[in-house]
Amino acid sequence: MTQIDKLKEVLEVALLTSSQPLSIDDLTKLFIDKTDRSTIRMLLDEIKNDWQEKSISLVQVASGYRFQAKADFTEFLMRLSPDRAPNYSRAVMEVLSIIAYRQPVTRADIEKIRGVSLNSNTLRQLIERDWVDVIGQKEVPGRPSLYATTKHFLNDFALKSLSELPELNSSLTKELSDLKVDENREEIQEN
Amino acid sequence: MAEIIYTEKSVPKIYGENIEALPQDLYIPPDALEVYLDSFEGPLDLLIYLIRKNNIDILDIPMANLTLQYINYVEKMKVIKLELAADYLLMSAMLIEIKSRMLLPKPSLEGEEDDPRAELVKKLIEYELMKDAAENLNEMPQVGKDILIAQSYFERVTEVSYPDVSIDDLFEAWKNVLKRAKQFEQHQISRSELSVREHMTIILRKLNEKSLLEFSTFFNSEKDPIPKLVVCFLAILELTKEGLIKINQQSSSSAIFLQLGEV
Repeated sequence: MTQIDKLKEVLEVALLTSSQPLSIDDLTKLFIDKTDRSTIRMLLDEIKNDWQEKSISLVQVASGYRFQAKADFTEFLMRLSPDRAPNYSRAVMEVLSIIAYRQPVTRADIEKIRGVSLNSNTLRQLIERDWVDVIGQKEVPGRPSLYATTKHFLNDFALKSLSELPELNSSLTKELSDLKVDENREEIQEN
Repeated sequence: MAEIIYTEKSVPKIYGENIEALPQDLYIPPDALEVYLDSFEGPLDLLIYLIRKNNIDILDIPMANLTLQYINYVEKMKVIKLELAADYLLMSAMLIEIKSRMLLPKPSLEGEEDDPRAELVKKLIEYELMKDAAENLNEMPQVGKDILIAQSYFERVTEVSYPDVSIDDLFEAWKNVLKRAKQFEQHQISRSELSVREHMTIILRKLNEKSLLEFSTFFNSEKDPIPKLVVCFLAILELTKEGLIKINQQSSSSAIFLQLGEV
C-alpha cells in the first residue's frame, strides 16, 4: 500500500467514526507530519467518489465533512427508531426563518415582522437546539441582543452556508419591489 | 368572495338520503372556535389568510371589505380569548385608520399623498415572505428527521500502565502508617484505687516497728507501679506536714531518714 493510500484510509476511518462533521483543519491533526490541505481536499474528493455507489455518502456541510445515509434509505431507517426529532410549531419555524434570512435581528425586529409579541419560550427552544445564538448587542438604547443562526443550524439542514438557503418566494419579492417602485414613481411625479 | 357552489355530487348523504340542512342537535364543542383562531399566528397572518382566500390583489386592497371581515373574526375571538385579542385589536384600529385616511380628500394639489395602505401592504408582504420561508424550511431535510448521520463504532483502548513499587517503598509506607496511628493513640485514665490515707497508715505502722527508717525503704521502685510510688511520697509529705513524722538528712546527698515525730 502506498503512502497516499494509507492517508486516504486514515481520513476515511476518521470520518466514519466521528460523531461530528470534521473540517480540513480537524483532519490535518490526524497526521504528525504536516499534510498539505490541498492533498486532504483531493483525497476527500476521491473518498466521495469511492462511496458514490454505496448506501452512505460523504457530504460537506458548514463545519466540515460527514458521512450520512443516502436519502433513499431514510424511510426504512426511520422504522427502526420511530421517535423522530420533534416538529416545531409554526411560531418557532417562523422565528427561525426570520433569523435565518434577516440576521442579525433583535427581538423587536422579529416582533415587527410577525406583528405579534414574541413568546420567550419560542426563542429559547431555538437556542437550546443550538440553531440560534446571541452574536452581540445592537448599539441602540437598551442594547438589545442580536440573534443569528449557528453553524450547527447549517449542519442540521445540510447546508454549507447561508447562501444555500432556499430562495424566498419570487412572486412575493416581486410584489415587494413593485411596491417600492410605486413609491418611487410617486416621488418622481412629485418632482 | 369565493363561493361554495353545491353541485349534485357534493350534497352530503346519510344512509343514502340527501341532507339539506345540518341536524338541529349537531354538537359543536365550545372550544371549536378557539382552536381555529389559535391556528393564526397573529393579525398579519389572519389578514393574509383573508386576502388570499378572497383572491385580493395585495397591491390594491379593498379596505372596507377586508376591515369588515377582519373585525368579524376578531369579535368572535374577543368573546373566547381576551388576552389573545390585544394584538388583533390594535390591527383593527390600524385598518380603520387607513380606511378613514383614504376617505379624506387629498390635502392639496401639490404633492400627492402616499397611499395610506402602503405601509400595511409592505408589512403584509414581508411577513408572508417569512411565513412562506418557514414552511420551506420546515420541509427541508433535517438531521434527526430525514438525514441520518453514519457513525461506526470505534473502541478506544487505553492501556493501563502500573507504577513501580519496591520493598523499601512498602516499608516506608508502613512506617508512616504507624507514625500516623500513634498520633491517634488514646490515653486511658482510670481512677486510682490508691489512697494517700492508707499509705500514711502503712508508713506510721512501719515507723512504729522500727523508729528510724531510711527514705528509700518505703519505695520498692522495681515492683511498685509509678502511681503507688507517687501516692507513697504524697503520704510521707502529708505526714510531715501534720507533724507525725520527721525527715532528717545529715548532709546534702547523704541518706534521708524518717522517724516518728515527737508527740
